[in-house]
Amino acid sequence: MEKQINPQKIEMKLAKLEPKLKTLQSKLDKATTQRERDSLNEKIYYTQGKVKQIKSGQRFSRQTKRSLVAYSFLAPNFIGFAIFTLIPVIFAFVLAFLKWDGNSVMQFVGLQNFSQMFGNSRFWASFKNTIVYCVATVPLTLVVALGLAIVLNQNIKGRNFFRTVSFFPYVASLVAVAAVWNMLFSPNKSGPVNMILYNLGVAVKDLPKWSAGKDTVMFTVILFSVWKNMGYYMVIYLAGLQGINSELYEAASLDGANSWQRFRFITWPQLQSTTFFVTIILTINCFKVYDIVYMLAGGSNGVINESAIVLVYHIYEEAFRNWNLGYASAVSMVLFLMVLAVTLIQFRGEKKYAN
Amino acid sequence: MKVKSRNYKIGRLLLYLVLILMAALMLVPFVWMISSSLKLDKDVFTFPIQWIPQNPRWQNYRDIWNKIPLGKFALNTTKITIIVTILQLLTSSFAAYAFAKLEFRYKNVLFLSYVATIAVPWQVYMVPQFIMMRSFGLNDTHLAIICLQAFSAFGVFMMRQFYQGIPDELCEAARIDGMSEYQIWWKIMLPLSKPALSTLTIFTFVNTWNDFLGPSIYLKTEVKKTLQVGIRMFIGQFGSEYGLIMAASVLSLIPVFIVFISLQKYFVEGVAASGLKG
Repeated sequence: MEKQINPQKIEMKLAKLEPKLKTLQSKLDKATTQRERDSLNEKIYYTQGKVKQIKSGQRFSRQTKRSLVAYSFLAPNFIGFAIFTLIPVIFAFVLAFLKWDGNSVMQFVGLQNFSQMFGNSRFWASFKNTIVYCVATVPLTLVVALGLAIVLNQNIKGRNFFRTVSFFPYVASLVAVAAVWNMLFSPNKSGPVNMILYNLGVAVKDLPKWSAGKDTVMFTVILFSVWKNMGYYMVIYLAGLQGINSELYEAASLDGANSWQRFRFITWPQLQSTTFFVTIILTINCFKVYDIVYMLAGGSNGVINESAIVLVYHIYEEAFRNWNLGYASAVSMVLFLMVLAVTLIQFRGEKKYAN
Repeated sequence: MKVKSRNYKIGRLLLYLVLILMAALMLVPFVWMISSSLKLDKDVFTFPIQWIPQNPRWQNYRDIWNKIPLGKFALNTTKITIIVTILQLLTSSFAAYAFAKLEFRYKNVLFLSYVATIAVPWQVYMVPQFIMMRSFGLNDTHLAIICLQAFSAFGVFMMRQFYQGIPDELCEAARIDGMSEYQIWWKIMLPLSKPALSTLTIFTFVNTWNDFLGPSIYLKTEVKKTLQVGIRMFIGQFGSEYGLIMAASVLSLIPVFIVFISLQKYFVEGVAASGLKG
């Protein structure tokens, strides 16, 4: 791949590169932050490579060759990622300011989608329900998962069996378990759960309607969600528990601490960073809730009324039923901002808990 | 000392009681599912609950295949899941190797583009993604579901994290021996990353197999549907055929449970690691 060496051209190129290298070097001497220095070092490294390449007359510098190899590793994933994730993400931000039904000409409407959204009662219902779902599900799941983890961290027979079992609801497909759940919590008197309540002395007219009732539907959804997901967070807590130094407990026993005191003054403080992390991912997952609500409250035609509608469902119905693509994207911006806020808290927390 | 050991025994007893109660809460829906799948529709809601049906109706398991194209649904889901899992494993471990072990121009910018999308849930960009797929002519195709699932940033992050734990000296030594980067990836990195690959396999498998929203947006033709969407459609159409619904549910759970039980060690480790790292 050696090409004809043209001394004049080389001189010209070198005359450009060498001063550039010098300015970079002087910038580096003045650079104050580590970040600046890193980026300058990188530039110098590649410029030096270029100088060498020109001097030796090769087609690619050693650095370029290495970069090309690296790009060949990246390409299969990055191309797919760029087309199917990166571009749609950018597109989503633009779409929120457009009016479009997917077929006719796009129209820029500024903030109209947002003002329309704030006047829409279905939006407010979905916003409220998402928050209610989140506020109830996060602490409940947290408490149950932690309790489960503490119990399963004891030295007990059949520990692996119990751990596997508590993971079953999480791996089971939602359609299947939601179908069972709907039957178990059937609103009729004949539903197994209601039958038990009835036999415990609840009057027929007081039997809860579960997912068919306006006031109980969110409660049913929350209950189901805790049952389905606690196994996952239990495993995270279990790992946290195993990271606690056992000497702490030994010392506490010598001091005569009881179980509650051991939990209050050792386990809970030691698990602080785990709790923080679990809260973050739980909250984000709660914001994204859709399928659980759809399957429990959607009925046979899949339409959710205002007592159970959530943000993602609102996006779905506006986009794929009404073809208000711009409006749907505006709603998804609200979802994005909610997740972003939690992610920023996470970044701050990570710094705090890193050491 | 005697008092203490008695207290201990009571504590243990309570512990096991709690455990059994919890296990029951987790398992009852599954047991009920299996039990109902062997009943006539009219017997599903009898009280007291008949856990073991007197005349198990195995026919439900035969009828369901004729009632809906369950075999076709299963085939579609299997096809999509296997292709997605293989693509995910290959492309993410490939890309992760570059991010973890190679130096190249614009590395930081490229990595940042992956990081930046982490805070953006799929639900935020599912609408524009659908529009794009439709303009590529991918609406109502399995390829759309595959493209949507196969190139996640999550896989790249997970593998990169793992590769960073493998000492650089190993790669350096191999380079001195004259191995190309591709050979290093194939002969050194891949064999060493079995635990991470297993974790990624089970996560991708379970997620793709159970995915509902994606297929329900894209797949409209009945014979193209996946198990989840297909069974859901069946529930919508024949809501009161409880025995058949439960039989279909049981069948749809079997593959996931097999994969989960055979790879569960890696699953649990993967979840645990995600918690420790943050």
